[in-house]
Amino acid sequence: MSHPVAPATGSGRIRTPLPFPTAAKPAVADTQLRANLHRATRTIRAKRARVVDEVPDWEALRDAGSAIKADVQRRLPELLEQFEASATAAGATVHWARDAAEACRIVVALTRAAGADEVVKVKSMATQEIELNEALEAAGIAAYETDLAELIVQLGEDTPSHILVPAIHYNRAQIREIFQRRMSDAPADLSDEPAALAEAARVHLRRRFLSARVAVSGANFAVADTGTLVVVESEGNGRMCLTLPETLISVVGVEKLLPTFTDLEVFLQLLPRSSTGERMNPYTSMWTGVTPGDGPQDVHVVLVDNGRSAVLADPVGRPALSCIRCSACLNVCPVYERAGGHAYGSVYPGPIGAILSPQLTGVADNASLPYASTLCGACYDVCPVKINIPEILVHLRQQAPHPPAERATMRVLSWVMRSPRRWAVALRLARAGAGPLGAYRERRTGARTLRRLPWPASAWTRSRDLPLPAPQTFREWWGKQ
Amino acid sequence: MSARDEILARLRTALADSPPPVQVPRGYRRVDDRPDLIAALVDRLEDYRAVVHHGIGALPRLLGEVDRLAVPTDVPADWLAGYAGQLHRDAPPLSPAALDDLDAVLTGCAVAVADTGTIILDAGPAQGRRALTLVPDRHICVVRTDQVVGLLPEAFTRLDPRAPLTWISGPSATSDIELNRVEGVHGPRRLEVVLISPPGSSGA
Ligand code: SF4
Repeated sequence: MSHPVAPATGSGRIRTPLPFPTAAKPAVADTQLRANLHRATRTIRAKRARVVDEVPDWEALRDAGSAIKADVQRRLPELLEQFEASATAAGATVHWARDAAEACRIVVALTRAAGADEVVKVKSMATQEIELNEALEAAGIAAYETDLAELIVQLGEDTPSHILVPAIHYNRAQIREIFQRRMSDAPADLSDEPAALAEAARVHLRRRFLSARVAVSGANFAVADTGTLVVVESEGNGRMCLTLPETLISVVGVEKLLPTFTDLEVFLQLLPRSSTGERMNPYTSMWTGVTPGDGPQDVHVVLVDNGRSAVLADPVGRPALSCIRCSACLNVCPVYERAGGHAYGSVYPGPIGAILSPQLTGVADNASLPYASTLCGACYDVCPVKINIPEILVHLRQQAPHPPAERATMRVLSWVMRSPRRWAVALRLARAGAGPLGAYRERRTGARTLRRLPWPASAWTRSRDLPLPAPQTFREWWGKQ
Repeated sequence: MSARDEILARLRTALADSPPPVQVPRGYRRVDDRPDLIAALVDRLEDYRAVVHHGIGALPRLLGEVDRLAVPTDVPADWLAGYAGQLHRDAPPLSPAALDDLDAVLTGCAVAVADTGTIILDAGPAQGRRALTLVPDRHICVVRTDQVVGLLPEAFTRLDPRAPLTWISGPSATSDIELNRVEGVHGPRRLEVVLISPPGSSGA
């Protein structure tokens, strides 16, 4: 039997506008940013390790999670049809979107049909991917992010830099400054205490929650046999959005399916521990269509392809669709810790972004990302669904129309970052402003004209008085791994 | 071709290599063998900064601090024994603004999971609809000891997927500012758990 319709790549915020090494330069040179990132990733790594260690059957859970997702990928068309039937029977309306633009058109039309000119939003990677806020704004609909970190990023007119903690690149003083500048009802004497900042956000959003008529969410999981959607969160902003408005629109990538309701017993153990390093996140909401008299009475699900069929078509890269967006791989990645999330250009940063983004767009459109890795393997070790990210990176590098500059730079960078000793040497040389890293390349490549150090050292050598990060910190970190 | 048919056709084409069937290994624990589940639950709840009280006798004292209390319509009468404040039953349904005006809500739950310190509400008896336990700033939740299970897989055997489910592990919290945990952003800022024995049993 032949199928005439070919898998298609996606659009939206999944492309690097600049090659990765270029995009990473500002982050590498920004000591405040690097300090914020370092502190944050180190803290989450330690929390995760602690709560994973207390689970005696962690490896068995990973094996189950990985296999369930492989099974989903194999049966994706039939499971989607089953989900549609179950959700519809429970009173939801299911829509299908080929790409980002189509998904946005559907959400805009549903919001207009509900007679609303504003929506409250639960943090969702899928809606960021399709650039929904921009599409709503263009249609005259205001979109309010209600997750604290997303609110910070939205008020700061910035983009998220981490899957789980999108404002990871800001410290408390910077957050206070954004609130005072952009949040009209922020107290004049707002301090930079986290509790005071959280309280300001609570007051700011309360009225909006109580009056919102339309909410937009994503979903962490969509269950085929029951039609249930699941949202995992901490602050209660998710519960507010999923409970109080009359209309609820959930944008869900087709890969989010799980075969059965019971399969959640595996993923709700894997996700919180891998993600926030908690035994369980404060709130999880599950809903199945409409419950009369309780919660939204007009419930919609938008199932989105946007490149996922292209990912599915590659048997080697296919497991990238298993990702449950826990962000554990970001927090252990030496490249992410130095480059920050923005360097990846896509809403999916870090190791998973380095494979998923080029797969979603087609490798030609994101050719530098598969080189944004040292291939150290730390991401594979922590991944709760055992995605072999290094293997997929190598596979994608073979397909990429090799961008020579990135390739050479990333090769050297990766060689340097693989060894704490070489990293320390690179930093010393960077401080001296010249040296054997260049010489190393000279010997290897026969090029004799190389003057500048390759990235990331180049960013530091351009100007002598750029502060250098302490090599000690990296070694300390490395020693713990 | 509709978007639906086109996406399904794309996905079928993508699977032209016919991946082999997958056996899901389910070697993970399904039943907890911990000797004292209740102690484990209390430990986890307190670790997440919920406040735990023992025995139904704790209720009058707790409710004594509450001026305006929301309750689902089917809350057991003995939970409210001696309550002298303003009682707001959720019938007809209280508006979000009305709920926002109340001091606390008192409900039961469906299941509690000791391993993770999680309380699960399924809109069943004594729980009411979801908004009720969301808008008031303080949630007092009565957990019967026969509702406590050890592990997540045990909880799933007791849940109805068609019911709206709210899983609560400690009060609302954020860690978005330098990863400092701050309790109470939008959900109830205080979670108080009252552990009681099942009706007809002795002891608390
Ligand atoms: S690839 Fe694995 S570790 Fe990384 S975000 Fe996805 S599930 Fe988590």
